[in-house]
This record gives sequence, structure tokens and C-alpha cells, in this order.
Amino acid sequence: MKRRDFVQLSSLGAGALMVPSAMMGNIIPVEAMLEPGMDVIVKKRMADVALNTAKSLGATYADARIGRYLNQYVFTREDKVQNVVNTESFGIGIRVIANGTWGFASTNNVSEDGIKKATQQAVAIAKANSKFQKEPVKLAPVSGHGEVSWKTPIKKDFKDVPVSEKVDLLLKANSAAMENGANFVNSALFMVNEQKYFASTDGSYIDQDIHRIWPTFGVTAVDREAGKFKTRQAMSAPMGMGYEYMDGLDSEKLEGAAGLKLYRGSYDMVEDATTAAMQAKEMLSAKSVDPGKYDLVLEPNHLGLTIHESVGHPTELDRVLGYEANYAGTSFATMDKWKSGNFKYGSDIVNIVADKVQPGSLGAVGYDDEGVKGKQWDIIRNGVLVNYQAIRDQVNMIDQNESHGCCYAQSWNDVQFQRMPNISLEAGKDKYSVAEMIKDVEKGIYIAGRGSYSIDQQRYNFQFGGTAFYEIKNGEIVGMLNDVAYQSNTQEFWNSCAKICDESDYRLFGSFFDGKGQPSQISAVSHGSSTTRFNDINVINTGRSV
Amino acid sequence: MAIYTEEEARKIMEKALSFSTADACEINLEGSESGNIRYARNSVSTSGHRSNQTLVVQSNFGKRMGTATIDEFDDESLKRVVARSEELAKLSPENPEFMGPLGPQSYDESLTFFNTTAGITPDYRAEVANSSIQPAVEKDVTAAGFLNDSSGFSAMINSNGLFAYNKSTSVEFTVTMRTNDGTGSGWVTRDFNDISKFNALEASNVAIDKAVMSREAKAIEPGKYTVILEPAAASDLLGRMGSALNARSADEGRNFMSKEGGGTKLGEKIVDERVSIWSDPLNPDVPTSTWNGAGQPLKKMNWIENGVVKNLAYSRFWAKEKGVDPVPFPSNFIMQGGDASLEDLIKGTKKGILVTRLWYIRSVDPQTLLYTGLTRDGTFYIENGQIKYPVKNFRFNESPIIMLNNLETLGKQVRVDGNLIPYMKIRDFTFTSLSDAV
Repeated sequence: MKRRDFVQLSSLGAGALMVPSAMMGNIIPVEAMLEPGMDVIVKKRMADVALNTAKSLGATYADARIGRYLNQYVFTREDKVQNVVNTESFGIGIRVIANGTWGFASTNNVSEDGIKKATQQAVAIAKANSKFQKEPVKLAPVSGHGEVSWKTPIKKDFKDVPVSEKVDLLLKANSAAMENGANFVNSALFMVNEQKYFASTDGSYIDQDIHRIWPTFGVTAVDREAGKFKTRQAMSAPMGMGYEYMDGLDSEKLEGAAGLKLYRGSYDMVEDATTAAMQAKEMLSAKSVDPGKYDLVLEPNHLGLTIHESVGHPTELDRVLGYEANYAGTSFATMDKWKSGNFKYGSDIVNIVADKVQPGSLGAVGYDDEGVKGKQWDIIRNGVLVNYQAIRDQVNMIDQNESHGCCYAQSWNDVQFQRMPNISLEAGKDKYSVAEMIKDVEKGIYIAGRGSYSIDQQRYNFQFGGTAFYEIKNGEIVGMLNDVAYQSNTQEFWNSCAKICDESDYRLFGSFFDGKGQPSQISAVSHGSSTTRFNDINVINTGRSV
Repeated sequence: MAIYTEEEARKIMEKALSFSTADACEINLEGSESGNIRYARNSVSTSGHRSNQTLVVQSNFGKRMGTATIDEFDDESLKRVVARSEELAKLSPENPEFMGPLGPQSYDESLTFFNTTAGITPDYRAEVANSSIQPAVEKDVTAAGFLNDSSGFSAMINSNGLFAYNKSTSVEFTVTMRTNDGTGSGWVTRDFNDISKFNALEASNVAIDKAVMSREAKAIEPGKYTVILEPAAASDLLGRMGSALNARSADEGRNFMSKEGGGTKLGEKIVDERVSIWSDPLNPDVPTSTWNGAGQPLKKMNWIENGVVKNLAYSRFWAKEKGVDPVPFPSNFIMQGGDASLEDLIKGTKKGILVTRLWYIRSVDPQTLLYTGLTRDGTFYIENGQIKYPVKNFRFNESPIIMLNNLETLGKQVRVDGNLIPYMKIRDFTFTSLSDAV
């Protein structure tokens, strides 16, 4: 994502804090977030204005999305609150097909007049662009769902939790880090509530209430004499959950290798900040890695990003077809490979599933932004590429007639398009723990947490770092390492996948601000996995002296 | 119409200010109109238009501060948004780093607005797409491109007598051309304040030529190579040095500019003495606003002069802590170039690699400013002063600091992404692996 896609909150009086501009809106008082917004009966009436206007102007299909997007962010450093921001954005986006071509327009004037005007504009754009259209849009059929609703199954709505409680928690985590030897801590809490109403000429009227949360921090230790500093990032994951994620339940804690504390459906921020401070200090004097081949043991909060980049993006059908060629690029996972039915993306134990339903995940919704019910489908089965991620106007290109239900727009004023669903690696079928996995490794590195990530525009060659690295020698962890990055080729890497821990280690990693498209839109997506071993991977040393 | 004149903006903001009962009040007003067209597979895929206007009110009582925004500017709305920011200020905790509002400032007249750009029509955008698609079809190439133009204004007023206004226009264009056999890819980027400087056909042909030239690339061993970096390639890497200019994190011991044993590298020579980098809002090729969001005047400022760090950026708070004058962050980067054209640089190269652009650049180690990423859309092997053949893309692991110490030759400057960056010949650039990506 480019810097210009971010709003610098400093112009809002805050210091250099950046959030994606799509996450902004009008800044409102916290109480205003609790107001109910437009009644669903009114939403239906307003949506019908759009659908009827579109039909009367000759559109063969139309959908309307009335969206109220509420965001709350809290930023702190050490013992200071840097900013608390509450934003609201409300409006309607109307998408039509006329002359076989898409047209889209939006307005924040959600009145009959405003909607009629926007719909006219959408139809006019469709008709104008149809001059350049080579093939008419072909939509996969969807039967109308009637009037339905769906809610993220949250236990605590972040809007009901006082800001002071959130601030206190962040400051407590910061103070725990400082007491345990950190020199600096920056922490943040991002909370999102999408109140979306979707209606289409197929006969669907869908009311959804979607929640997401992401607590995160960076804990830095500095050795001034040596002129060195190390930052340990949080081991939290952004989740499709309510504020209950912050409860820090013991039942959701996992013991990683080397005493690392890891979290599943509940996050203990204070405990993690404490561990982070101790680890950041340890990292200052950790051994610099000897480059060479290692067996890598990758923890889910690390592996999730590798899955995202090396399986998630290359299997997006619009990338494969060339629609993203000018921005993120195309894909090595071309149609001929998929059609062959025997393209070995990974080893036999690699099973990758896509889904829009997993509880607690960022991708979970009842219906996508074109009214298709969420589901699960295979992308890689027994190592073979078996499907892509596609939406209603794409599935005909892969000889399928049912959309995968992964269409999304970041806001009411952006047009919806294909976005990555949750893409997850299935856990190993046999009972196998992280401790057992480490015992089986002769020369390896255990990597936890997200770090640097970079991959080419067709998703062949990648390089990943991490947050914490531990050397494994003859089945035992012998200490922390510095300057570690691994480089591989996607197909070679997944074919070197040797062993996957069982379901008891399965967790979600998440990307809260994944960017795609021009103009760029963000979306949030989870990736589940258990700790996994990859054999003989090239590790480089990234230490330099300047 | 979201573009207000200076007087219209002043009137709205003075009205809002008149409702303030806080110790101090600061108001920012912004508006913009932007349009875009996107094409892929030699066909237009989407086009859009967006109009935005926002008024931001920041009120403070002592060191307590509250912010509220609104997009309607009638008296009632203005009264409401000011009251809302005041309520929030009263509720918020004290910010020990709060600095009171700046007093009146004087700003230079900016060079950022052009009627030509403000007048861009949907037809013009379609014509740009056509200027890429038509020649692409003729050369058996597929075009995917994006044009985005915007015009807007920003204005600021505060209760301490400060008033600022600026109008600006900008346009950004990129196109990727891929040969239909899938073995060649070329790319070009252009950005301007004044659209009349833009020639879509000329730009598209550069990308087409690169695509055709880069077909059937050969694999050569990764390692240390002499490289000629086109300005687009160098710009992405150099731009990332910007974060190291933050005096506060340097003083805190946590960025590249922090010095062993404490203190910063201010005044130290860190790169080749031919390297000078400055910012200048009044440079006619890369003009920017002459004030920033905090109301500080932006002037020409040297950051690196003859290889020596001349300035670091100090926020008002940090400047006060350190007893120095505030130094605002740069709004553009201009790097001293030389006379050599790209052809001259190629001619003078015995063995080397020509790099069109770098892609997916990510920080590997903030301590050394080490970055990784890949070459993309036109990478060529040079031997005895000539381009010999296209080569497969490389992954690099390199620090712009090491790179600027290994400087061989500086070439002519080109505008890229709002900055003015020269062609550069660099020795011992570190490529660590090969990529099969086209």
C-alpha cells in the first residue's frame, strides 16, 4: 500500500500516526457510535429506490449497499495516550449492469433523491463504458435470499466498553514491558464495526453486523553503547471477534517452543508485553545466524503471512487473468496448470482450504458484498491445485456456475470486487505436538510471529523474516538467533512441507489492512494453520555493517 | 464543487472559529475532486469520480485536546462540530506533548495548481486508455494501466492568528505492458502537477518497447553487480530513508541515524561526497504546498550535503525538549544529478545490469536500513557499453546507505512520484537470488 493511501493523523492533532484513509470518516463522539443508525425498514425502502430506478433505466441487474462503518482506534506510547479516534461513515453504493457492462456510483445522501441521482449516474457510466467492453458481463446465478440477517457472534461489543478501560489496558501492557526492560513501547487497538445492508434485483435483502478487532504493539530494547536496537512485535492476531478477545483466558493460551507464550481465541496483552520486553533484550545479544540450509519449524502466527503471500494472492482468479497486472502483478498459478489437474503446488500433506465462514476469522460473514452465502471450498487438495477464488462475474471463466462468495468492498463508496477469503492450511491428521516436531529436527530454526515479507509479482520467489528466531540443534532449542530471513520459490517451498502439527496447535493469523486494486482498497483476512515443518530451506544472514 | 477559493474557505473557517469557546482552536478545511480510469486485458475495466470535503476542528482546554470533523458547512453544522470537539477535549486525558497553536506565519506562493489538470474530463481519461491499448494491440502486447487525477485545496486557521491556504492539482499514470506470449513485461510511470506535460502515447510506447525487449530473458547468477538504476528504481529505495530523518527516534537510539554510544549522526559523512539531497517546495518540476498540516512554513532544506547529514526533522515538541528550532519533515526529495543520459551511462559500462524498477520493497533491518525486493518489468544485461540481452529478475538485499557509498556516476534527474531523482550507476549492488517472474 502506498503512503498516499494513508491519512496522517497528525493533521488531526495527533503525532505521526497513520491509518488507511478508507478507515476514516467523520470523527464522532463515542456515544454517537451507540446510536442505532437507519432502521432496516427504511433501508429496504431506500434500496428499492435504487433497484427500481436502475431497472427503469434499462439495467439488467442492480445491487445497492447501504453501509454504516464505525471505527475506533486507540494509540499509546509508554505512559502516554497519543490518540483516541472514533469515526463514522454512512452512505450507499449502487452497482448496475447495463449494456452488459458494470457501472457504479455512490452517495452519502441516502434520500430518495440522492439515490435516484446516484443510480442514474451508475447506469450512465455503464452505458458509456460499454463502448470499450469486449465481452458482456456474465453473472453466475444466485437465488434471492429474501429478508435475512447475520451478525458476527460477539460476546462484548467494543462500543459498549468504555474508552478508559481500553486505554488502561494498553497502558498496563506498556508499563509491564517497561518494567521488564523495554526502552520504548508503542501499542494500539483497532476496532471495526461494519453495519451493511445489501439488496439486489435477485430478491435479496441482507442486513449484516460485522465486527473485527486488532490489538498490537512493538516493544523496543536499545543498547546505546553498541548503537543497537531490537523490536519484538505482539503475538496477537487480528480477529473477527468482539472485545472478548482481550479477556486473556488461560484456556486459550498455548505453550510454544522455548517457553514462548502464544494465544488462540483470547489474548493476554499484558503477559505478551512482559514476554516481549524480555525477548527484545535477549535479541540484542543473540547470535547472528550462519547462512545455509535449515529445516524450518514455522509457528502459525508466522506461517499465516507466508500462506497469505504464496497461496492466497496467487490463487485469486483476477490476478491469474491479468486484471491486477499493473499493480500487484499476475500469477504463476496459471489456468493451464489448474486445468492439467495434476499441478503439484505442494507435497501430499498440503491441503489448503478457502472459506468465508470460520468462526472468529476476519473473513467470516453470512453473505458477501454481492449477496452470495459464505461457504468453504478447496484450493489445494493432497498437494494439487484444484480451484481458485472467484466471484459471480468470474466463475464462468473456470467453467463453474456457482460464485465462491468472496466479493468485498472496503466501504459503501467503493465498488466491490474479488477479495481473498480466509485461506488456511489444514492441521495434520495424526497426533503430533510442537515439542515432538522440534525433537525430530537435527539442524533447524523455529520462527514465530510476523516480520519482513516480500514476494515477486508472479509469486514465485519470496523472502520472509519473523519476530523471534530460535536455533534448533539435534532436537533441542539452543538459543535465539538474529539476522534470519529465508528465501525460497513457492512451489519448491510447499513441496518441502514435511510435517504438520495436529489440530490442538491450530490458530488464526490475520492481515487487517490487506491492499489490492487501483484505487487501492483494504480488506481483512485470516489464515489458519498448525506449526509446520519445511525441510532444507535456504536461510540468509541479513546483518550488515554500515 | 468542492474546490473553494481562498476567500470562500476563509469565510467558512472564520465562521466556525467564531463559535469557539475553548482556550485555543485550530481548523483545517480540505476539499478535492478526483477521477480515474483503470484498464486491463486491453479493455477499460473501471472508472470513477470522487468528491470530498471535510472540516476538522481541534479544540483544546489546557493540554486537553479534542477533534471533530464534518462535511456540511452551514452555520448550524459548524456550531455543532465546534461544540462536539470541545466536549471531546473536556473528556480527554491531558497530552503532555501538546504544543499550543502557532502564531501567524508567512508562506511562499506555491506552484502546485494548474487549470489544465483541474479541467480533465472523462473523455480525456478514456483517450489516455486508448493511447495505451491501440499501440499495444498493434504490437501483440496487452496493456493494463491506471490514470488518477485530482485537484483540491487545503486551508487552515487558528485562534492565534494563523491562516494558510493552498490549491493543488496532480496526476499519476502507470501502465504495464505484457507480451502476449507471456515472456516479456515493460512498465512506465509518469506524474505531474500540470497534465499538459503528459504524453500518454510516448509513455505507453516506452513500456511497450521494454516489454518487447525483455522477451525470453536469460538467467544469470545472482551476486554483486554494477547496476544502472533508472530513477523509478532508485526513488523507491531512497524514499525509504525518510523515516531515518526523524530526530526523535534517532535521539532515542532506535533508527539508522542513532550513533553508537548515544547521540545522532548529524554532521557525519554517511555516503559518497557527490550525494546531496534536499527538499524544496518551490522547485518548478516537483512543487508542493509551502506549509504542512501543522501550519509550519516549508522552505528549501538540505538533508544530506556532499555526503554529510545536514539536518534531521524535529517536531515542535521534540525541538523544545532539545532546545533547537523545529524542522518540518520534507514534502519532496531532490537529489543532485549529473549530465549523463541513460545512453551515456550504458556506453560507459563494461559489465552491468540495467534496472527499470524495484518491486515489493520491505524493510529487513531498520538498524542498517537494509531492504529486500525484486527487479521488475525490464532488467537487462550490459556488456562493453551495450545492452546485450534481457535477464531474469533478481531479488536484492541492499541498504540505500551502502548503495550511495558505492556510487559510480550520477545521471540526469527525472520526476518520479513527486521527487526529483537522477539515473545512478552503482557498483557492487547485492542480488541474492533469481526470480522466474515476468
